[in-house]
Amino acid sequence: MTSLYRRRRIANFVTMSFCYGATAISLVVLAAILWTLFSRGIEAIGFDVFTQMTPPPGSHGGLLNPIYGSLMMTGIATLIGTPVGIMAGTLLAEYSYGFLHRLGEVIRFVNDILLSAPSIVIGLFVYELVVIRQEHFSAWAGALALAIIVIPVVVRTTEDMLRLVPVGLREAAFALGTPKWKVIVMVSYRAALQGMITGVMLAIARISGETAPLLFTALNNQFWTTDMNTPMANLPVVIFQFAMSPYEDWVKLAWAGALIITVTILLLNILARVVTSVRRVG
Amino acid sequence: MNSEHVAARTALTSGINYGDSVPAGAPNVASVSILPAPVKIVIRNVHFFYRSFEALKDINLPLYDKRVTAFMGPSGCGKSTLLRILNRMYDLYPGQRATGEALLDGQNILAPGLDMNLLRARIGMVFQKPTPFPMSIHDNITFGMRLYEKLPRSELDGRVESALRRAALWDEVKDKLKTSGLGLSGGQQQRLCIARAIAVQPQVLLLDEPCSALDPISTQRIEELIAELKSDYCIAIVTHNLQQAARSSDYTAFMYMGELIEIGDTATIFTNPKVKQTEDYITGRFG
Repeated sequence: MTSLYRRRRIANFVTMSFCYGATAISLVVLAAILWTLFSRGIEAIGFDVFTQMTPPPGSHGGLLNPIYGSLMMTGIATLIGTPVGIMAGTLLAEYSYGFLHRLGEVIRFVNDILLSAPSIVIGLFVYELVVIRQEHFSAWAGALALAIIVIPVVVRTTEDMLRLVPVGLREAAFALGTPKWKVIVMVSYRAALQGMITGVMLAIARISGETAPLLFTALNNQFWTTDMNTPMANLPVVIFQFAMSPYEDWVKLAWAGALIITVTILLLNILARVVTSVRRVG
Repeated sequence: MNSEHVAARTALTSGINYGDSVPAGAPNVASVSILPAPVKIVIRNVHFFYRSFEALKDINLPLYDKRVTAFMGPSGCGKSTLLRILNRMYDLYPGQRATGEALLDGQNILAPGLDMNLLRARIGMVFQKPTPFPMSIHDNITFGMRLYEKLPRSELDGRVESALRRAALWDEVKDKLKTSGLGLSGGQQQRLCIARAIAVQPQVLLLDEPCSALDPISTQRIEELIAELKSDYCIAIVTHNLQQAARSSDYTAFMYMGELIEIGDTATIFTNPKVKQTEDYITGRFG
């Protein structure tokens, strides 16, 4: 008994050490990334970053046009992708019987492929579908490409979260004579709300940094524009272009842009947590 | 006793064993405590299938209005299944089906084409695990009421209070109606679910092992509540707990392997059962 006990203690110690080690490695990497980002980004960030346009090399400027472009395209992509994703995820989770069950299997399979599809492929797809036909790059095309990336993420998280809602809770709602749509909207969605919002946040975080699909669609624009039908500046492409340039002020702006994206995502996540926790109590 | 009642009883007494006293019937010491009551639900020749597995075999029994009928039996005997037939809960799942008749005030609730939601609004159900909705205590109660009634705010609040009072929960939650129902203790959550069910003003209450997840004190409160509620409803309760069946019911049915072995008034079933299997179960020799 004691030798078995000792062996278990040793096995436990070794496994725990690996766990701690793995955690430490990932935390160190994360801290290093954040440290570099913040130290380089903060020295580059200033009032002008938010008020001036992207400059030509060697002159002073900011990131106002790409910030606006990124907000617009990310926002529109989220507005398109979220409802589609939630509805598809609901179909998969709540209508899983008969013909819809078999259809669901296909949708789930295709969705998983889409989820892991390289974003450059999606960019190319929208390029073929929209840009070539329109014969010019546009922010609409960029938003569409990003929306296509949002959909599979939201579908997956919505389905997973709805499946976690206990069967008993649904049955209790049905037992009161609740119509199915109301059970879904008033009970299932509420119970799964936090997870579903996390899914949308994940999707926003992912598209905020996507560069490849925007290179093919929205391209870039060094001037201010609010016309979604023209090429539009956006943070990822600007960062891509500026960071690889030999000009020091461009590289600094690239760091500032990277910091802005990161901090925005962080704030969005915190906001989502706060909002959902308040609503849970209420 | 109306003629429908008599007809129902005649139909039922063939083929099943009542205890010594037919409910509401003959002068018999054991049944003196139970006054005659009208039949609310008649279950006739009901079979139930999970795909090809026959989980209930030819069930025949009455459920009386303003009386508590307890269903007991070992796990898997079909007692919960029987309860879930009465509000067509099984309808949510493909591959489950019931044959036969269950007449609620003469209307067959197993008939195809019946409006499931209206039926379920008439037949309340409380489950084994407390299932408060993720919303405030107040909204938990109004959820069901709002489905079929348009009520002004003042009346809504009054109904919330009376439902919570009937469920013996009002005093504990009256100052925190706006807080989440998930913040209550298990026993309180279960009483919240009972309040939610009765707020819809159903005619029948189905209780599926409502106390099995609760501590003894909460259990006692729920049992007191059942005794209190039976003045208004036809109540069917599934329980694993023999004492609970003995304490809180007027009639007791014993089920085994999908069959109704015996039904009768509770005193008779517990003191003088007709069938040996019932006696063995009650005395703890099997099950």
